[in-house]
Amino acid sequence: MTTVESRLPLAGHVSTEQAIGMLRTMALIRAFEDTASRLYKEGRLPGFLHLYIGEEAVAAGACANLRPDDYITSTHRGHGHVIAKGADVKRMMAELFAKKTGYCRGKGGSMHIFDFKLGVLGANGIVGGGIPIATGAGLSIKLRKTDQVAICFFGDGASNQGSFHESLNIAAVFRLPVIYLCENNCYALSTPQRCHQAVPRISDRASAYGMPGMTVDGQDVLAVYEAVKEAVERARSGGGPTLIEATTYRISGHHVGDSAPYRSSEELEYWRRRDPIEAFQQRLISAGIISEGDVKAMRKSIEEEMAAAVRYGEESPSPNIDEAYEDVFLGRNMHGVLI
Amino acid sequence: MREITYRQAITEAMDEEMARDERVILMGEDVGLFGGAMACSKGLYEKYGPERVIDTPLAETAIIGGALGCALTGMRPIAEIMFIDFTGICFDQIVNQAAKVRYMLGGQVEVPMVIRTQGGAGRSYAAQHSQSWESLFAHFPGLKIVMPATPYDAKGLLKSAIRENNPVMYIEHKALYNNKGNVPDEEYLVPIGKADIKREGEDVTVVAHSRTALMALEAAERLEVESGIDVEVIDLRTISPMDEETIYESVRKTGRLVCFEEGHRNVGIASEVSARVTENCFDYLDAPIMRVAAKDVPIPCATELEREVIPNPDWLVTAVRKVLGEREKVPAAVGYTSCV
Repeated sequence: MTTVESRLPLAGHVSTEQAIGMLRTMALIRAFEDTASRLYKEGRLPGFLHLYIGEEAVAAGACANLRPDDYITSTHRGHGHVIAKGADVKRMMAELFAKKTGYCRGKGGSMHIFDFKLGVLGANGIVGGGIPIATGAGLSIKLRKTDQVAICFFGDGASNQGSFHESLNIAAVFRLPVIYLCENNCYALSTPQRCHQAVPRISDRASAYGMPGMTVDGQDVLAVYEAVKEAVERARSGGGPTLIEATTYRISGHHVGDSAPYRSSEELEYWRRRDPIEAFQQRLISAGIISEGDVKAMRKSIEEEMAAAVRYGEESPSPNIDEAYEDVFLGRNMHGVLI
Repeated sequence: MREITYRQAITEAMDEEMARDERVILMGEDVGLFGGAMACSKGLYEKYGPERVIDTPLAETAIIGGALGCALTGMRPIAEIMFIDFTGICFDQIVNQAAKVRYMLGGQVEVPMVIRTQGGAGRSYAAQHSQSWESLFAHFPGLKIVMPATPYDAKGLLKSAIRENNPVMYIEHKALYNNKGNVPDEEYLVPIGKADIKREGEDVTVVAHSRTALMALEAAERLEVESGIDVEVIDLRTISPMDEETIYESVRKTGRLVCFEEGHRNVGIASEVSARVTENCFDYLDAPIMRVAAKDVPIPCATELEREVIPNPDWLVTAVRKVLGEREKVPAAVGYTSCV
């Protein structure tokens, strides 16, 4: 196991544009989640909502290494991954409103946001459900002889599922180009990590499969970026899979409505002080890469983007009732029209 | 009699049985200090401690297999699976292991375990958190399937399930937890394998279970008030083994049957009830049997779409009128001439 500490100064690791891009991605995810949370509490969104607040550096740092044709699989807490992969927040918000213009035409909702064109092979309502699918994408890449990669996002809870074991074993044996990125956010719903696994470092498990493993500070976007960069390079060049554990924290409850009484205010406070967005912003300002004014302008543009997304989501039409019967199979709908 | 909620009834049943028999344990994800994702085990961890109310890792296969191992070796586990949709992960342990072990071993073992889970739609939780899988499990001999509709049945059936020496799937409905109902102070059991006539009637029999039993009562009231139609509502309570005799007796009286469930229409519980009645009561039937069930599509998120595919009392009202030969013009959804 190696621990990656991101190095200062930034020069030589990421370009100024990349650094600013990562900050914006994180801030956009945060704004999306804050907005969704507010809308949900106001009773304006249906279904379930699992927020990614506090974990933004993982998605932003990881996906900054990906090309548009690379794949990701996501989780029930998937908004951040999809935004970091380049999704349109308007269509995401429309999906949260379960509207016709949403990514899944209102059929999926928050837990199933999915943009195939961006290589998002699904958020998932089943914990651990995406891990074999990412593995399959890796197998397909290998068989098609392309140099794409797949990043598989999942949590500490999912790393106890059988699907984790089965998938990592296959990926290592077949040397598949998959980066298994475990977001250790300290809790599987209400259960603290120490109560659900006896290894403190999930990355220790990599050695059991014969693949490299590392733990990285998931609150440090550059550290995540660098760890994933190395794994992506290995995967692209035929070197096989990597297990990366990003230590992070779920600032919200398991879902909106869970007040998370199972954790202490001291713990929450500790992690609030380690806010990934605040930290990176300060770092970029200190390094002279951006100014306070730039940050303000960025925030303003994100606010406008979110306001437009909410308007779009709210004003979009609901799905037609007919659509309930479409897409069960590829074929013709009840009017005989090819769908 | 006092009123408690469906959720409280479930908690009380587990509490009483854990107090009665120290071999009874509860295991599952977040069932301990958190009190369960559906808050059904609140207070049990504090009362019985971490050795009897066990928070497991997120690992459905090991939860069910673990419960089975416990059951085979002297414990009486209740294993909670948060959503019935997640039983897909541990399907092998349920249907290949727990359901068959006694038979395969020539009757050498007893399997006193309960799988507590919850299903059903109505919350816009979309395709992987809204399903009704009872017909899937009912297909397998060796599993008893129990689905309460009321707090009274929830408590009495769970206590029976915990005392049962065979594997029982006890399936709750996510929309019923806050429903209140009369539950006696004194101890009682509701037997597994016995349906309940929730409303007596002469004109038509409706066989339902879980939430659809309550919807059937609502529809029956309306049919009586609006048209003087007298509906008999049978709540199956136990899906498998099915209480055929109660159904047959009712159909012999009414001559008409509508089967009403929340699972998909394709190969569902309604289909099974219909087939059995056709085989056994054909001469008594005055009209074709009708099935009212969920449409054969995955459950969509959007509220309007979910409403379109999940049955409601209106669908039953339409079907009952139809089996009674009423030629009422019912406004149909676009492109659909009938909702049943």
